[in-house]
Amino acid sequence: MHTKTLSELSTSLHNGDISSVELTQHYLDRIQAHNGQLNAFITVCDDRALEQARTADQQLQQKTAGKLTGIPLAHKDIFCTQGIRTSCASKMLDNFISPYNATVVEKINAAGMVTLGKTNMDEFAMGSSNETSFYGPVKNPWDNDRVPGGSSGGSAAAVAANLAPIATGTDTGGSIRQPASLCNLTGLKPTYGRISRYGMIAFASSLDQAGPMARNAEDAALLLKEMSGFDPRDSTSVDRDVPDYAATLNDSIEGLKIGLPKEYFSEGLDPQVAAAIETAIKTYESLGAIIKDITLPNTSLAVPTYYVVAPAECSSNLSRMDGVRFGHRCDDPKDLLDLYQRSRGEGFGEEVKRRIMTGTYALSAGYYDAYYLKAQQCRRLISNDFQQAFNDVDVIMGPTAPTTAFKLGDKTDNPVAMYLADIYTISTNLAGLPGMSIPAGFVEGLPVGLQIIGNYFDESRLLNIAHKYQQATDWHQQSPKTFT
Amino acid sequence: MSLDKTDIEKIAHLARLAIDDQAIPDYARDLNNIFNLVEQLNTVDTTDITPMAHPLDANQRLRPDVVTETNQRELFQAIAPKTEAGVYLVPQVIE
Repeated sequence: MHTKTLSELSTSLHNGDISSVELTQHYLDRIQAHNGQLNAFITVCDDRALEQARTADQQLQQKTAGKLTGIPLAHKDIFCTQGIRTSCASKMLDNFISPYNATVVEKINAAGMVTLGKTNMDEFAMGSSNETSFYGPVKNPWDNDRVPGGSSGGSAAAVAANLAPIATGTDTGGSIRQPASLCNLTGLKPTYGRISRYGMIAFASSLDQAGPMARNAEDAALLLKEMSGFDPRDSTSVDRDVPDYAATLNDSIEGLKIGLPKEYFSEGLDPQVAAAIETAIKTYESLGAIIKDITLPNTSLAVPTYYVVAPAECSSNLSRMDGVRFGHRCDDPKDLLDLYQRSRGEGFGEEVKRRIMTGTYALSAGYYDAYYLKAQQCRRLISNDFQQAFNDVDVIMGPTAPTTAFKLGDKTDNPVAMYLADIYTISTNLAGLPGMSIPAGFVEGLPVGLQIIGNYFDESRLLNIAHKYQQATDWHQQSPKTFT
Repeated sequence: MSLDKTDIEKIAHLARLAIDDQAIPDYARDLNNIFNLVEQLNTVDTTDITPMAHPLDANQRLRPDVVTETNQRELFQAIAPKTEAGVYLVPQVIE
């Protein structure tokens, strides 16, 4: 049951072969059995999930149900869920019961889906390994000594281990695509502005985007449609029609022009990962695509640009966590300054503090032009590279991450080495472009992800291209042995 | 560039973060490493390049100046660490 696609589950539910309560209980049982090993969930919503499932079953019986009604999913614990703890994997918000729903949660509830629980993540989405969580690291279902990637590591592990059919994630510098790559999933970060950020706890507001983490492109297309759309409550939301992403999955890709940036195949890329990606590109060639070598000359600026922009915006966003209105407050503050400093000092973990400090310095008097303004200019150069490339090609492909999943603890002592894990994914956030990671093979039993980058609002094309590959290969159908 | 103990203390104060004295050398090392990485940006000429504030270069939308939100003070204060008579309580700031 837990290896079925969303469409298969939908058919079973609509035919009455299974009820949403039975399906939900099946997943809750799997979470109960395996979460101790993986630590993928921070909060499991047993009672609420079964209540939502009962409502879904009524709709199914009354024939008022939609395509996804009654199908369970997991939310990254960054999305505010009314009446349910929304911790962002931080001690700061360990006691935060959200008084409202994120727009994404509202939309998914309205579609009749069932929330199984809230998944583990790097604290405030700051990390690439899920090791900065206040609730402890998540284990990669393919090898429990390795990281699942981050920051949406809990969502990735949950779907990869079949503890949820699909999950939501967010991506500020690669946080959907990199864990999708490391856990053999199909993950999509849409164009900036496609999905509302309202109620999604902000990390870096000009980069953050939500997206689906799925086992295949078709499932991702179905959830993306429900998540997308204009929201007046998000001032950067884009007012533009949402296409039926599933309708174009089977379109021909004959003549599709794929660009391979030479900078994504250079020093630092594991040779075995490179070989897997080259094999995937050959598959596309056999499907009728035309391969072109391209260049994105400012790629080396992406990581340094990101590590000014993201911490600067994070230091500003996280200033709302002050121990006054919600969240952690220190004991016996002697004055207001002490209240702020100790509540924040105690509530935030090491990586979050490091980024707040970095951002505070970059934005402090006398340094704004040298850092933030300079980085915003470099961001323009990176974005221009992509637009130049899209004059010649339809999409860009390369590896999602330079290596397969690394060992727990491998990079925790060296923040800069950890930052380089996102070297291929950060540019698309800076440019605001949509990007995807899809399963493209294995190296020594560990998954490799192929990244596909499109032009603005080209999500339909990315999903179509991913789906055609998944019709020709079966990498995406592989599950880690203990969780099949 | 190189940030020292005084710089770190000043940044921590601006960020309203209490940090342990013993952790200061670690912050200095990590921030120096991060800003050494960022130094690369100075090798690029960005004269006349317009800074990119929004990926789609969109402007902030405006809406009619009418009330759209209802008062939910009790709901929101239910999760506050300390309130009294509808206000948030903090240590005394005025003598």
